[in-house]
Amino acid sequence: MNNLAGFIKKEFIHILRDPRTLIILFGLPVVQILIFGFVIRNEIQDVKIAILDYSKDDVTREITNKILSSGFFVLSENLTENNDIEEIFREGKIREVVIFESQFARKLEREGKASVQVLADASDPNSASLVVNYTRGIIFDYLKKASKEAAQPLKINAEVRMMYNPGLKSAFMFVPGTMALILMLVSAMMTSISIAREKETGTMEVLLVSPLRPIHIIVGKVTPYILLSCINAVVIIALGYFVFGLPVKGSLVLLLAETVLFISLALSLGILISTMASNQQVAMFLSVFVLMLPTILLSGFIFPIENMPKILQWVTFIVPPRYFIEILRSIMLKGTGFFNIWQQTTVLIGMTLFFIILSAVKFKTRLE
Amino acid sequence: MNSAGKIIEVKDMVKKFGQFVANDHLTFDVYRGEIFGFLGANGAGKTTAIKILCGLSLPTSGEIKVAGYDVYTGREQIKTRIGYMSQKFSLYEDLTVKENIRYYAGIYGLPRREINIKTKTLLERLNICNIANTLVREIPLGWKQKLAFSVAVFHDPELVFLDEPTGGVDPIARRQFWELIYEATGHGITVFVTTHYMDEAEYCHRVSIMSEGKISALDTPENLKKQYHANDINEVFVKIARNN
Repeated sequence: MNNLAGFIKKEFIHILRDPRTLIILFGLPVVQILIFGFVIRNEIQDVKIAILDYSKDDVTREITNKILSSGFFVLSENLTENNDIEEIFREGKIREVVIFESQFARKLEREGKASVQVLADASDPNSASLVVNYTRGIIFDYLKKASKEAAQPLKINAEVRMMYNPGLKSAFMFVPGTMALILMLVSAMMTSISIAREKETGTMEVLLVSPLRPIHIIVGKVTPYILLSCINAVVIIALGYFVFGLPVKGSLVLLLAETVLFISLALSLGILISTMASNQQVAMFLSVFVLMLPTILLSGFIFPIENMPKILQWVTFIVPPRYFIEILRSIMLKGTGFFNIWQQTTVLIGMTLFFIILSAVKFKTRLE
Repeated sequence: MNSAGKIIEVKDMVKKFGQFVANDHLTFDVYRGEIFGFLGANGAGKTTAIKILCGLSLPTSGEIKVAGYDVYTGREQIKTRIGYMSQKFSLYEDLTVKENIRYYAGIYGLPRREINIKTKTLLERLNICNIANTLVREIPLGWKQKLAFSVAVFHDPELVFLDEPTGGVDPIARRQFWELIYEATGHGITVFVTTHYMDEAEYCHRVSIMSEGKISALDTPENLKKQYHANDINEVFVKIARNN
């Protein structure tokens, strides 16, 4: 395999001698993870809210104080009647209204349950769900402490009105998404561009005339990128751990194995793209529109799949990063083992095989 | 020169792209050790033919043998016996001169020790030892061309295909390049060269002239000039074009 070794060595030289490639390979992941990490903030701070208290008793006052002293919320206004709600929301001054029903404390004491209504401005669904979750957390925290002192179990019925969004509970959602994005970028885009470049300069023709088989060319092309993508994945996991305190609760070995699987998928997509693209610009264009945008928009990375229209939800089933992000979140955040993610893994393996076969066929027909 | 036999045998080669016939029943032979010029205007079907002979493309029909092997079944055997230089020179700009040589030699599976010795000899012969570690991007076009040719015959193929090898370089560089080609034939390498510079046809032992997918003429430059009552190959070419 002397000829393959020389080929791989040459690929490394291409990568290491091109500053732009190096920046994309190693600078981008670090910058991206830090930007996403600090921009997509899942903590909330000083959110303006209004309170509508029909009860005005000790319990509602205590809960209100607890909410306002948490540091997450600032009281903008005390409302007196339901009709005010609509207007104050429209003015855009506040993002949430907390409404206590009348005789809140009495009901809680006698019947063991009372209702609080939480209205949120869901025009920004992501932050709305966060705001609501924080409010609920505070109310339940109060309830837990109060229950210990009370004779009977207490229940506060927190009725939430808005599009509720379970996907956003995790404070660490962005790291798995960024990882998927970067691996897609590095593996698929860089491979397709580097193959397209050989077509442009005519060296691909010379390679095809040489005794090197197409499979050698493909293996030679992807080997450096597998290695570099793995390094990238480790860098991202380390950054998540040390900078953002993101845990890896599950098996690190499983995590890396799944990562290698996803890298293979991305590489086979890259090869597929290169069989269609005649030059670097087309390869770049296809990578961005076919791979990058769906990875950002349709994978559940930033926008929760649950919030999408039904049709787009169906589309996400063919977006590979969707499965990878689910796998990553399960392993990193929930610490689940292979048993819980075998379905996603199977889908990824199936997709990888499909793309490899498809690109092999396309690579071959190019010769005819 | 034909005592060593035929290295390329083409009989009724046809290549169609849909309705368009790029090669229309080509029949010709190339003998070992000769310089065979494959002439024709752009779009006459030269590149299509050379691609089939190199194994980059399959013919629609016809019997074709290269270096004794069938192009349908013996593609892998053919590949180890031929060299190819494309019109783009096909060197890696971000690799040095030496790295390019060693890389292509490695692709053809040459052992490392042989690569070391031959690389040194080649650099000395081309008198480019001083730029051995210069990136190809930085060397003049004429040198790139010589280097591309030397790389294409580095593994001592029986036959080398040169697709428009002299495009874009000045007459002096072209002249020097043809000296390199003669040197290679001196080592027993057969040269199959396409060009649209008609003056270069005079350097070939035999030339074939293609137009509209067919071979219109095939002979030595001298015989063609006699046959068409022409002073040079350019005139022959113009006369053939008019007849069509």
